[in-house]
Amino acid sequence: MNNPPSIPPADSEHAFGHDTSRRTAFKAVGATLGAAAFAKALAPLTEWAPTLSVDEFLQKHYKELRPEEMAQIIRRLEDETRQRYGADVRIEDIKPSDDVQFAYALNLSICIGCRKCAEACHKENNHDRASQQSYIRVLEMQKGSIDLEKGNAHYDHPVPQKDKFYMPVQCQQCDRPPCVSVCPVEATWKEKDGIVVVDYNWCIGCRYCEAACPYHARRFNWSAPKISATEVNPVQAYLSNRIRPQGVMEKCTFCLHRTRQGRLPACLEACPTGARVFGNLLDPESEIRWVLENKRVFVLKEDVGTRPRFYYFFDE
Amino acid sequence: MLLAAALVAGVVGGAAPESGTLSPHAAPGAVGTSVPGSERVPAGASPATDRARFAVRIRQPVVPPRVDTGRKDAHGQVVTVACGTCHATSTPRRETRSAAELDEFHQGLQYAHGTLTCLSCHDAANYDQLRLADGRGLPFAETMSLCAQCHGPQFRDYSRGSHGGMTGYWDLSRGPRERNHCVDCHDPHAPRYPQVQPAFPLPPDRGLVAPPEPHHE
Repeated sequence: MNNPPSIPPADSEHAFGHDTSRRTAFKAVGATLGAAAFAKALAPLTEWAPTLSVDEFLQKHYKELRPEEMAQIIRRLEDETRQRYGADVRIEDIKPSDDVQFAYALNLSICIGCRKCAEACHKENNHDRASQQSYIRVLEMQKGSIDLEKGNAHYDHPVPQKDKFYMPVQCQQCDRPPCVSVCPVEATWKEKDGIVVVDYNWCIGCRYCEAACPYHARRFNWSAPKISATEVNPVQAYLSNRIRPQGVMEKCTFCLHRTRQGRLPACLEACPTGARVFGNLLDPESEIRWVLENKRVFVLKEDVGTRPRFYYFFDE
Repeated sequence: MLLAAALVAGVVGGAAPESGTLSPHAAPGAVGTSVPGSERVPAGASPATDRARFAVRIRQPVVPPRVDTGRKDAHGQVVTVACGTCHATSTPRRETRSAAELDEFHQGLQYAHGTLTCLSCHDAANYDQLRLADGRGLPFAETMSLCAQCHGPQFRDYSRGSHGGMTGYWDLSRGPRERNHCVDCHDPHAPRYPQVQPAFPLPPDRGLVAPPEPHHE
């Protein structure tokens, strides 16, 4: 496991580093005015948004953070979670591996539509309890049709029904993700193992990505999630299931806090029928490779050119 | 034989192994091939198999099964007997297809498994084991081989990890995996997966309902 690096004393010289981003410029101004004046100048900010700390406002983009800065941020987030939720959590910044390319496949012949996956996602990813948020939406589809627009996500009767099949839809981790290209602030991007992630602290909540996604896979946090301390999943990662702040986008991350440690995603473990297949495309012996090589797989909305990493198939 | 190895490994694995209690197996590839029906080439076939691998354990039904006599002993414990206890003295009836045809014993046993007779799978020569289609006996612990006789495509998919629930690690170099047995989901006497009430009803779609009013101070 990755131990968080030790946290060095705060230094000021890095504030005048090579880049001239908005936030470092802000810092430079602050240093000129003097720390006290700077804090005074930012005081209205804390009044305007009581949950947003000055540190958070000044936080750099994920990709620009040095390890010690990340360690500091994680410590801050863990403290905030303790204060706001009463839960002791461990947040890690887990990096992708060079020799892993994730992909997912789902066997529509044996999915029974029980929605256990959606429920597991809800719990694993620290979703707001009251709104029953989940990254997975299970569509009840008429046999013989593959029209997603006609799928019903609100069915409430015993499953499976004879004339229906069930299609769970979540982030397809596209290789050409429209959600990434529309983001005006580069708060979302595709990692080298194939997972599309969001820096929740950089997202401005414009919801362009939500509109751009052809799979309706992105969610907006209308309010900060409400979860009781005992229900908070304490195993968290910065880019995945840490509790999101209000006003930012969120999405399925293939449970990277689990899968980048070698574990199966929560939705797969919850599946009682084994409809879900997950693994590393670079391993020729993997289950996912066998499925892609031996089943007639298809992707959703292939014509829109998003190149999903999420495949569907039927047995017959 | 692979199946037998897997089942033995499963029994050795215990009832609920923690990831830390199973040590990585030294022989590369050997355990990776323990999923029944796997035709994987062992060590050296890929970089992944060069590393130590954790076990894939298949959940085991309690075998051999025992039949509830409907009686309790002096301590209030349910009295169960081995199949052979009664069947040692009774004459096998080859044509029996369900418990409904019996005057006594096995009453209420739901049966819905094609046109099979009891003795299609149960061994009249030894009721404490099963019987393969070619007449050979088969221990209850190897039930999966019996199922696979007719359900080849399902067995193939199971062997390749695309049928049947599992938990644990996708990366066997980092931890073990546990897989369901056929009979975890399919009652051998009535194998159709039962209908269930779906969990977790969704709230109305975002976008279709008005967002909450913003609270500006």
